[in-house]
Amino acid sequence: MSRITSTLNALKARGEKALVTFITAGDPDLKTSEQLVHSLVESGADLIELGFPFSDPMADGPTIQLSSERALAAGTTLRGVLDLVGRVRQHSNVPIVLMGYYNPVFTYGSAKFARDAAAVGVDGLLLVDLPPEEAEELHPLLTAAEVDLITLLAPTTGAERTAQLAAASEGFLYYVSMTGVTGSQRVDASAITSAVADIKQMSPVPVAVGFGVSTPEDAKSIAAIADAVVVGSALVKLIAEFSGTPLLQSEVQGLVRQLKAAI
Amino acid sequence: MSYQEPDPRGHFGQFGGRYVAETLMPALLDLEENYKQCQADPSFQTEFESYLKNYVGRPSPLYFAERLTEHLGGAKIYLKREDLNHTGAHKVNNTVGQILLARRMGKRKVIAETGAGQHGVATATVAALFGLQCDIFMGTEDIRRQSLNVFRMKLLGARVHEVTSGTATLKDAMNEALRYWVTHVRDTFYVIGTVAGPHPYPQLVRDFQSVIGHESKQQLMEAEGLLPDVAVACIGGGSNAMGLFYPFVNDASVRLIGVEAAGLGVETGKHAASISAGRVGVLHGNKTYLLQDEDGQIQHAHSISAGLDYPGVGPEHALLKDLGRAEYVSVTDDEALAAFRMITEMEGIIPALESAHAIAYLLKLAPELSPEKVVLVCLSGRGDKDIHTVAEAMGVDL
Repeated sequence: MSRITSTLNALKARGEKALVTFITAGDPDLKTSEQLVHSLVESGADLIELGFPFSDPMADGPTIQLSSERALAAGTTLRGVLDLVGRVRQHSNVPIVLMGYYNPVFTYGSAKFARDAAAVGVDGLLLVDLPPEEAEELHPLLTAAEVDLITLLAPTTGAERTAQLAAASEGFLYYVSMTGVTGSQRVDASAITSAVADIKQMSPVPVAVGFGVSTPEDAKSIAAIADAVVVGSALVKLIAEFSGTPLLQSEVQGLVRQLKAAI
Repeated sequence: MSYQEPDPRGHFGQFGGRYVAETLMPALLDLEENYKQCQADPSFQTEFESYLKNYVGRPSPLYFAERLTEHLGGAKIYLKREDLNHTGAHKVNNTVGQILLARRMGKRKVIAETGAGQHGVATATVAALFGLQCDIFMGTEDIRRQSLNVFRMKLLGARVHEVTSGTATLKDAMNEALRYWVTHVRDTFYVIGTVAGPHPYPQLVRDFQSVIGHESKQQLMEAEGLLPDVAVACIGGGSNAMGLFYPFVNDASVRLIGVEAAGLGVETGKHAASISAGRVGVLHGNKTYLLQDEDGQIQHAHSISAGLDYPGVGPEHALLKDLGRAEYVSVTDDEALAAFRMITEMEGIIPALESAHAIAYLLKLAPELSPEKVVLVCLSGRGDKDIHTVAEAMGVDL
């Protein structure tokens, strides 16, 4: 059983919801990101989403755009992010999902990526701009390497397509809470309650909800309807604010503890 | 050879496709379905042709450039005068088509990205014609060098959003337009200005622009009774080139030549020659040749011409390159400027800096061909918008 599945199953058995935290690897640098991953896990994150930066993050709002720019300016590469995962894996069994855009993976080489990702202990891959229709080259390689390709669903996805994609999902299913870019608006749980309930019925794997979840209150409202809550921009904003100060790790831990306590 | 691209899923060989966020997938599937219906509906074609004739002013003339032909002493040169269209460039052919499509889909709001401002102006113009809300995304750097077009768009009632992210040029304007579209996808139609982006855009933009090639073919048949030996067009994303080339793709005797912007020189790294010097990758919804580093990060393009200042190229050009059906070359900023001056002085036609790239290659090509050969060049736009840039390059203070 994969680390993603065993972790989410164990939480479910205890009646708990999963906290998924996103940070951009390499912002401000890979060494700090590595410490941040440990801080996230120690303070209650159940699953780590690690963004690998791209020059043209078309689905992201300003917070993650700037974070990607900082990571690139610090010289972050996909290989560097894989190495970071390898170092974390020596100390931790936390499930790790890499998140980003397709071009860096395509350029790295799909087969090589699948092999190297599995070797360092990556559990899943989430590509914002790779819909299932275009995943025919990459998906079988990931399957062979036992790395899950995470499916995204959006509020605009129609009923038939939702049923089709949900049924084929693996690891966990990521429901985008709103039509918009990351970090742009506050999530409204009441608006998506029935959509999430429907998707949970169709999905063989747990359903996570992200986009617009920034406070413990937001997290609580989403935890009431989903299996997992994803928080990204709020953490990235905090990292930008406290980067280079001695308060960075404790500030991030503080927010994660509050988020975990709320769900 | 019988050429039928793209395949039903929007792939041109290994290129093209639909690499977008899930939020946009349903909108693209819906657009594809609606476009298919319009293609099968003669009333859509009639409406499109009627606006091209009565509003755009088509057919545009095919002009025999006699003095330039004599001066170069080689092939006969014909210019397809897209600069004489309403709004001054070929861009309007496509915006008329897409906005008619948007109206059929019941969309009252349109958005567009723009580099040189020509596509922005063309979109704002047709939006004004039909009373649609119009938002244009344009990089800070392009707003500076194309201030005339910015004011034109505002006069036409469009809101112009200044894009400061990244390199603040066309690529970033497209990122921002996509971000806006993700947020407003339910009631907004994205009018993409070139033969790039996710399927079905490369196909439908090509189809709307093919009027350039179809007319040229017929006009040249009337004037000379033959097909051209060579067809030449400039390439940024490649919409005027694709519109010119497509009706000739199955005519194997016609050489197709796309001219990319070499900027300060391909060897300097400061250029926009994606096909000549790029590698295959995925950006803005399609797989194609891109300027990128070894980690798959997109690099800055450079061209004196804002409309060619883009690090990618339409996927169908990428395929035509790989098939060997079209040739792709590049000319520098300086060569384009020299061509700009020559055709202005010799033919009394002030071309857009984009189109001047096609002319610059023509200046090298025509003298090498014998006088019975015919070269067809797409003069994609007029140069009014570039007067400040040219003056600056010549050291003239206006």
